[in-house]
Amino acid sequence: MRAFWRNFSGNRGAMLGICLLVVLVAVALLADVLAPHSPIEQFRSSFLVPPAWQQGGSWDFVLGSDDIGRDILSRLIYGARLSIVIGLMVVALSLTTGTALGLTAAFAGGIVDIAIMRVMDVLLVFPSLLLAIVIVAILGPGLFNAMLAVAVVLVPGYTRLARASALSELVKDYVTASRCAGSSTVRLMFVVVLPNCAAPLIVQASLGFSTAILDAAALGFLGLGAQPPAPEWGTMLAGALQYYQSAWWVLAFPGISILLTVLAFNLFGDGLRDALDPKLKR
Amino acid sequence: MLNFIFRRFVLIIPTLVGVTLASFILIRAVPGDPIEVRMGERGITAEQLTLMRQQLGLDQPLWKQFLDYEAQLVSGHLGNSSITHAPVWDEFLTLFPATLELALAALIFAAVLGTPLGVVAAVRRGTVLDYGLMAGSVTGASMPIFWWGLIMILIFSVTLGWTPVSGRISDMFYVEPWSGFMLIDAWFSEDKGAVWSALSHLILPMIVLGTIPLATIARMTRSAMLEVLGEDYIRTARAKGLKPSQIVFVHALRNALIPVVTVIGLQVGSLLSGAILTETIFAWPGVGRWLIEAIQRRDYPVLQSGTLLIAILVMAVNLGVDMTYGFLNPRIRH
Repeated sequence: MRAFWRNFSGNRGAMLGICLLVVLVAVALLADVLAPHSPIEQFRSSFLVPPAWQQGGSWDFVLGSDDIGRDILSRLIYGARLSIVIGLMVVALSLTTGTALGLTAAFAGGIVDIAIMRVMDVLLVFPSLLLAIVIVAILGPGLFNAMLAVAVVLVPGYTRLARASALSELVKDYVTASRCAGSSTVRLMFVVVLPNCAAPLIVQASLGFSTAILDAAALGFLGLGAQPPAPEWGTMLAGALQYYQSAWWVLAFPGISILLTVLAFNLFGDGLRDALDPKLKR
Repeated sequence: MLNFIFRRFVLIIPTLVGVTLASFILIRAVPGDPIEVRMGERGITAEQLTLMRQQLGLDQPLWKQFLDYEAQLVSGHLGNSSITHAPVWDEFLTLFPATLELALAALIFAAVLGTPLGVVAAVRRGTVLDYGLMAGSVTGASMPIFWWGLIMILIFSVTLGWTPVSGRISDMFYVEPWSGFMLIDAWFSEDKGAVWSALSHLILPMIVLGTIPLATIARMTRSAMLEVLGEDYIRTARAKGLKPSQIVFVHALRNALIPVVTVIGLQVGSLLSGAILTETIFAWPGVGRWLIEAIQRRDYPVLQSGTLLIAILVMAVNLGVDMTYGFLNPRIRH
């Protein structure tokens, strides 16, 4: 653990990622305190007010207001909460499903293994965003369905990873020993083998957060994810399409928020991988 | 080698059947009656409905319907759009060259820029330049490209007025669609301004779609180069007194590029995901925008067969990459 931390904290990118994540989580938790206005309150006298430092701006709306007079900063702050929820839900769903399927495939072998892995092959053939779009087309647009769709898209990655690491663990002596001692298959799967496959899964999960947030935002942008007036960042960008050419701030800030969040998870995940797998580090 | 090719072909058959099964399920899973889904939202009488059920085989058991669907696909019938009533295959063929042109341009942009940047970062490892390039690369890989595209339009099209906002070529030019690649067709047209117009329409979408591949290629080239530069034969080359540029570009880069090329080939799926967003933003008339419009118009036959065609395309490219790799690297043939 100490060696892990030494490796991790020596990585400037990873530390930057952690700092960004701490800020993001703090903003999400303290949204009610930090946000100057409600994210859906419309100020009828203040349509498309520019940011405070620009001519015509006001400190009431630090990052400006949108076309129906909502405060952009407040919407971004509440949007952070949505992004965290999206990331957590999607990763939790896809990680548990994928790991369970992968371990089952590895332990059962034979026809079960073949069946599970062929289904995963089929899922992997579809471009990820297209698959998510098709699933949303079936389930209907909305934030929850978009999260479900993105979770399905991520499952094959975890399944393959869990299966591959479980297969390499299965031949080791400690598994045989545990089996001789009378462990049940379920115990073998989740108590004996899973902890030893955890490292790559954790790395993949932290990178999964960035995919989840990016794809959910893309679905929101296409009108298939969170619906207005939800302050989801991708949905905010979709709402900005009509007038962004004259009001740059409605476009710039939600995008920067997405970029910084995704960047934070990517930096964190990369740092985690380098620290957990010293072989990759040069 | 023949044996290897044969085995790869046999291996994709179950996946292919699975993909068609997924597409078969899709049209039954979308909300609404399959007849309405096929016919669009026009009212039909009860007798017509029964008749159509019989005609379409919807009164048959599901497994028989699936076999019929497979037979239909094998004979090349992909159905008609419920909006335009044109065969889906024809629409796909008209629009696909636009997507291919955009995707190829983006890949070339990413490779031409990304490879040298990766080499420079590896050679200048640990310097400010290396850190800067890698920071740029991780930022590029995190980019929400639908936003990136809009920012580029705002800066280069709206504010600076350098490039047009949307489409493939200005309305002022008529170009004979000979190859389907606007740039090539414009080159052979009478009007010399056409080439410039096509190029200025292509450049922003190309950069936007190429951003994530660019970041990936730069990063992969850097790590592959670092690995190769530590090899014994590089030390030997140095000891022989070869010029550093010769060592880097001839001895190291050639070997470093093999894994990079493979990974690029396998990224066709993510490139197509990006194309959906890029085409939507730039009103680029390709298959990505076609599919998004199909969803908005509830044109499910287009969505079903279009998705199927794209999945088959991805499989074909993956197979091609696999075989090229097997050809280059005999060790993996077994």
